[in-house]
Amino acid sequence: MKVSKMTKRLTTFFGALAVASSLAVTAQAAGSGENAALPPRTVAWSFEGPFGSFDRAALQRGFQVYREVCAACHSLDYIAFRNLADDGGPGFTEDAVKALAAEYTVEDGPDEFGDMFERAGKPSDYFPAPYPNENAARAGNGGAFPPDLSLIAKARVNGPNYIYSLLTGYTDAPAEFDLGDGLSYNAYFKNRQIAMAEPLIEDLVEYADGTPAGVDQMASDVTQFLMWTAEPKLEERKGLAIPTLLYLLVLAVLLYMSYKKVWRDVEKD
Amino acid sequence: MAHESTYKPSSAFEKWLDTRLPILRLAHDSFVDFPTPKNLNYWWTFGGILTFCLIVQIISGVVLAMHYTPHVDFAFASVEHIMRDVNYGWLIRYIHANGASMFFIAVYIHMFRGLFYGSYKNPREVLWILGVLIYVLMMATAFLGYVLPWGQMSFWGATVITSLFGSIPLVGDAIVSWLWGGFAIDNQTLNRFFSLHYLIPFLLFGVVILHIWALHVPGNNNPKGVDVKGPQDTLPFHPYYTVKDAFALILFVIFFAMFVFYAPNMLGHPDNYIPANFLVTPEHIVPEWYFLPFYAMLRAVTFDILFIPAKLGGVILMFGAILTLLVLPWLDTSRVRSGRYRPWFKLFFFLFVVVCIALGWAGSQPAEDGSLQMYIAQLGSVYYMAFFWVIIPLLGVLETPVNVPDSISKPVLQNA
Repeated sequence: MKVSKMTKRLTTFFGALAVASSLAVTAQAAGSGENAALPPRTVAWSFEGPFGSFDRAALQRGFQVYREVCAACHSLDYIAFRNLADDGGPGFTEDAVKALAAEYTVEDGPDEFGDMFERAGKPSDYFPAPYPNENAARAGNGGAFPPDLSLIAKARVNGPNYIYSLLTGYTDAPAEFDLGDGLSYNAYFKNRQIAMAEPLIEDLVEYADGTPAGVDQMASDVTQFLMWTAEPKLEERKGLAIPTLLYLLVLAVLLYMSYKKVWRDVEKD
Repeated sequence: MAHESTYKPSSAFEKWLDTRLPILRLAHDSFVDFPTPKNLNYWWTFGGILTFCLIVQIISGVVLAMHYTPHVDFAFASVEHIMRDVNYGWLIRYIHANGASMFFIAVYIHMFRGLFYGSYKNPREVLWILGVLIYVLMMATAFLGYVLPWGQMSFWGATVITSLFGSIPLVGDAIVSWLWGGFAIDNQTLNRFFSLHYLIPFLLFGVVILHIWALHVPGNNNPKGVDVKGPQDTLPFHPYYTVKDAFALILFVIFFAMFVFYAPNMLGHPDNYIPANFLVTPEHIVPEWYFLPFYAMLRAVTFDILFIPAKLGGVILMFGAILTLLVLPWLDTSRVRSGRYRPWFKLFFFLFVVVCIALGWAGSQPAEDGSLQMYIAQLGSVYYMAFFWVIIPLLGVLETPVNVPDSISKPVLQNA
């Protein structure tokens, strides 16, 4: 057999193989069982793309949702009050952060007598967790453990879309669905049942900026807030990208010209 | 060095130093006036790129180690401390994490280039073997490093890979306890992994020096695969290849930067942002992408072979696939180096590249009996081994190379 003919046949073979494998992937994403989770809905987030940045107002509203709703069960271990005033974040003023921290009570100590004591929070304190430990959290939630939310947007595949879809994805279970005791139906969660009861109901929070608090609005806001808690340097990162790439591109052009000049008299073959 | 030294000490100090430690002469003869074939293409720029990758990993790694805490209770939090509180810590960590992937992209291109152009053949066998050794050290370093953030994939990846050694008959369990430093993966494991992750790159650096030494004795191979016949075939390394390598390096750095700035977590796994938990097993345990072809081979053996249990069979296949590379110079019977003039080799080589990618895909999928990925893993493993142990030895005898040139400078004369 001639080489070109052989190559052609091989190309056909691998083309077919590629199609077959992509079909297999699709079949898998749709789920091995009928109760596999749906793929998340795709939302156009302001922080996506090469010039993406956070919407400050959305982060502030999202923080309010976290604080008034999620924080009842979910910790936010890696975020300190001071972070709320950081560049590239929700943009609270330092005074606002001070006042906010003071609303919390944190345990400190030991004092000079060796006793622990309680005091008002300071900006350098981290968000207090709702439960002292995992066992307490499970005991309070029917055996399920509400995960820490600091990194959740990076700890799930397609994180932001997943969080948004999950929060807005509560529906009644189909009649034939066998829902576990104390669980809620949610098509975006693994096996479609989740221990977290529907957390967002219309007007659950009263937004400080007067935005109507629909479920979609709250879900979108808290998703953006959680993307910021997971990736607080996102704006700094994207801001550094353009100058770095411009510098590299100019350097590449100069080096290419130098290369052509140095090699101008060389016959390579 | 294989060529005559052209170094002329120009100052009194250089003359003084040259009779005591001729290090400037070594540098001059190795990187300035080193005669290099004039027909090297862009595939030859990856040696320089790899040196750059190693240096970037060492520098970023040393800085990360200043802020990282190798303790099971603090490792995950210390990585988050780097990401949030250390000045430009996020940049350094993303460079280091993506730098590992870039290192492997470059090394795979470098290896496929050597394979295609026959750079492993006489007189460059030792050069090739040192290269395989570097690759093995890279894999060890990358595996150890992936464990350090102590996320879910860190912990479970470490569990899967270290357990492999348990399949070795008689001494397997003892080896596993020895690697773990106890009867479970715990703090002592993390501590030794950190220590070794810091050590091995410096060993690797030493082997890189040997690799460059072994390169500079026979000199570079080239796309035509024929020996350099005289000065008409070569150019001094500087400025000709320093400028070309620099240009290619910057293009590579742009590619690297796109990942660091725009998709820093694309090559990682979301589960590694969940702290390690020995009570919860992730749904699919997958290694980093650069291990996937070997991971596919590991899982491809689903049946016992005589007295060899399936698990051990997979381990033998996986390590065999890597060790095979060591003997490649003696498996190849063809005296024509470059794949350019070998139509059949060319075909089987490209098939080999496709098979490696297909194996990588198979390794990324869950190992379900009777699934497409399992068939691809098994067929791919057979082809991988057959390529080295059957096809390459036979082709050298059966195939007729076409239009092999006599030298680098002269045009093609006739069919060989």
